[in-house]
Amino acid sequence: MSDSPGVYVSGDIRSGSVAPRVPLRHNPRFRALVSQLILLIVVLWLGYELALNVRSNLRAQQITSGFGFLFNTAGFGVNQSLIAYNESDTYGRVFLVGLCNTLLVAGIGIVLATLLGFIIGIARLSPSWLLARLAGAYVELIRNLPLLFQILFWYLAVLGTLPGPRQSLSVGGAIFLNNRGLLLPAPLAGKGAGYVIAAFVVGLLATLALMVWAKRRQARTGARVPSAWGGVFLLMTPPVVALVATGFPITLERPELRGFNFVGGIRLLPEFVALLLALTIYTAAFIAEIVRAGILAVPLGQTEAAFALGLRRSLTLRLVIIPQALRVIVPPLTNQYLNLTKNSSLAIAIGYPDLFAVFAGTTLNQTGQAIEIIGITMSVYLLLSLLTSALMNWYNARTGMAECR
Amino acid sequence: MTVTHSTFIRRSLVEPEPPPIARQGSLIFTRGRLLDRPTNIALTALSAMIIVLLGWPTVRFLFIDAVWDGASRVDCLSETLGREVGACWPFIKAKLPQLMYGFYPESERWRVDVTYAIGIMLLVPLLIPRVPGKAPNAILFFAVFPVIGFFLLVGGVLGLPHVETRLWGGLLITLVISFAGIIFSLPLGVVLALGRRSQLPILRALCIAFIELWRGIPLITVLFFATYMLPFFLPENWRIDPLLRVLIGVVLFAGAYMAEVVRGGLQAIPRGQFEGAMALGLGYWRMTGLVVLPQALRLVIPGIVNSFISLFKDTSLVLIVAMFDLLGQLRAAFADPTWAAPTTLLTGFAFAGLLYFAVSFGMSRYALFMERRLSSRALHTS
Repeated sequence: MSDSPGVYVSGDIRSGSVAPRVPLRHNPRFRALVSQLILLIVVLWLGYELALNVRSNLRAQQITSGFGFLFNTAGFGVNQSLIAYNESDTYGRVFLVGLCNTLLVAGIGIVLATLLGFIIGIARLSPSWLLARLAGAYVELIRNLPLLFQILFWYLAVLGTLPGPRQSLSVGGAIFLNNRGLLLPAPLAGKGAGYVIAAFVVGLLATLALMVWAKRRQARTGARVPSAWGGVFLLMTPPVVALVATGFPITLERPELRGFNFVGGIRLLPEFVALLLALTIYTAAFIAEIVRAGILAVPLGQTEAAFALGLRRSLTLRLVIIPQALRVIVPPLTNQYLNLTKNSSLAIAIGYPDLFAVFAGTTLNQTGQAIEIIGITMSVYLLLSLLTSALMNWYNARTGMAECR
Repeated sequence: MTVTHSTFIRRSLVEPEPPPIARQGSLIFTRGRLLDRPTNIALTALSAMIIVLLGWPTVRFLFIDAVWDGASRVDCLSETLGREVGACWPFIKAKLPQLMYGFYPESERWRVDVTYAIGIMLLVPLLIPRVPGKAPNAILFFAVFPVIGFFLLVGGVLGLPHVETRLWGGLLITLVISFAGIIFSLPLGVVLALGRRSQLPILRALCIAFIELWRGIPLITVLFFATYMLPFFLPENWRIDPLLRVLIGVVLFAGAYMAEVVRGGLQAIPRGQFEGAMALGLGYWRMTGLVVLPQALRLVIPGIVNSFISLFKDTSLVLIVAMFDLLGQLRAAFADPTWAAPTTLLTGFAFAGLLYFAVSFGMSRYALFMERRLSSRALHTS
């Protein structure tokens, strides 16, 4: 596939001084240039035609265009928001509320799905035949059912049929589950709570410093520093001391049944719980497969060599297998994180107020500005996915994954 | 070489060796794979507990406690029957026409069945590698069948009454969208994949931008785009059918994913094939059409089947843009007060789940089978 004209012209070949004369229409460079110019013109013309259509359609239906609507009053309530919001706020604020809700469910979902996925993936490789088969059945069942089906199942068939607040299911009198959602104890910060948080941060920094120092020392002298217990000590002591010194300012507020409903604590909407459950369980099945494939991708010789060097089973896993498996696992894992975030847009089917539901749903219905709103929504997801792939490329470059392939 | 030279002659027989440790048999299996170490015993016990705790209520619900005959919700209430009530199968029996055909007129439903029958008759020989005549079969299935299916289902010709697409529903819509999505996204995907691997920078950039745009956004935004935004882009007097709008969105979305599948196949073709074709004097189009694509497309059959599975599952999303596919019809059926019994929800989910699972699982097993076959063939030829 070279750029040189691959055309054979008889006659002049032996007299090397004369370049073979090729008609311009057979010159590959010229042809490439012309065909691409034509393509570009067609694409631009198509875009121009579409833009004209949009303008005349908008005029015919008397829809205003532009992003001015973002500053208009929304006038509808959102039943869950992480930032302050009320009905008199603007559509721009609604967008932020939705974005926060999307990031909330995606963030928690990613953590839970990773945990569950690793457990199931390792269970698939368990020496116990029954457990491996059980994990395999989980993966097959979950992967072959549509996600929307699972969301509706959890929302309608499981959470929807729970008893009312008075007959809630309860765990230890602190966590309650009923048809109005999941109630958790809420941490209440009293006077002096800032000191406790500061002490916790100090402990965390000290632990990190210890870990870095231990690693450097091992690299320099070869002697291992048993830093685990020291780390636990450094991590736990400052906050505990601060707690005692300030007289326990942080307390847990339990939800309590008053009349027909619960007061206090944190209430998670049933929509949130259903969405989180479905996303976690669905994505975990895919993560489990990735984890299994990653561990199997480490050759058996690595384990045998580690044993031959005298490493114990746990050390072999931690120092030899997991670091190598992670290089295979991480790229598709980020892909799954991205999928989970994109899939959280299915929230609209059960009414959880995520970005898609409040912005492309309610706001679109109220303003009718489909082009701007869908454009913004698409760009947000596109931006997330481009960011993720950029991050992944960086990781691949760092771990030398590209060279391994 | 006589015996007298040796210094030692054994007088007694060697003790027989103990029999080799058995490596097969159910007892050995139990001891080795299930109960060989304390942790393993615990894990096996835990799994057995989970299986019993989940499996037994499921079996009871689906079969033992199930109600098989009835006319309304009353027959599925534990108050009427005086016992624990499981699945309410008469609910499914009553709703089956809607779940399968939507509101397709009852007198015309044979057309749907005929379409299914033709499709299956063409698909089955296509899927079995041993049956000859793949090329005409593929042309019939991918080019002729969609046309026949279109006229059979839509009607308006040869005395068949016209059936509007808003009457379609249930499994019919699910299958139409996923089938049409695959059929039309395949050529789009091939074009995009070739463009992405092209030497022409502008063409390549356009193709990459197109592919990454659709792959970067969730399907539901694509459906919203197709439903609410697409009409603005078309001339004012064009009215496109809602089902067609959704189909356009699905095809653009699936085409981008298909492009990546096809690209995988193109990359697997050895460089020597390109060089050989060029050495024979074939131009780009003949090289692609006669040498590269036939090999690449055969390699990506499992990928295409997997795309079909995910499209089949993703089709359920159309219920959000007010089309009543299988899941949408199921949700509508739950709202029927005639069948508002406590167990109808779970019954409906069990039925739809079994249907979705059967199709997806069957297809995924097929993809796996083709993958093994293709990889074993690749080993033989190289």
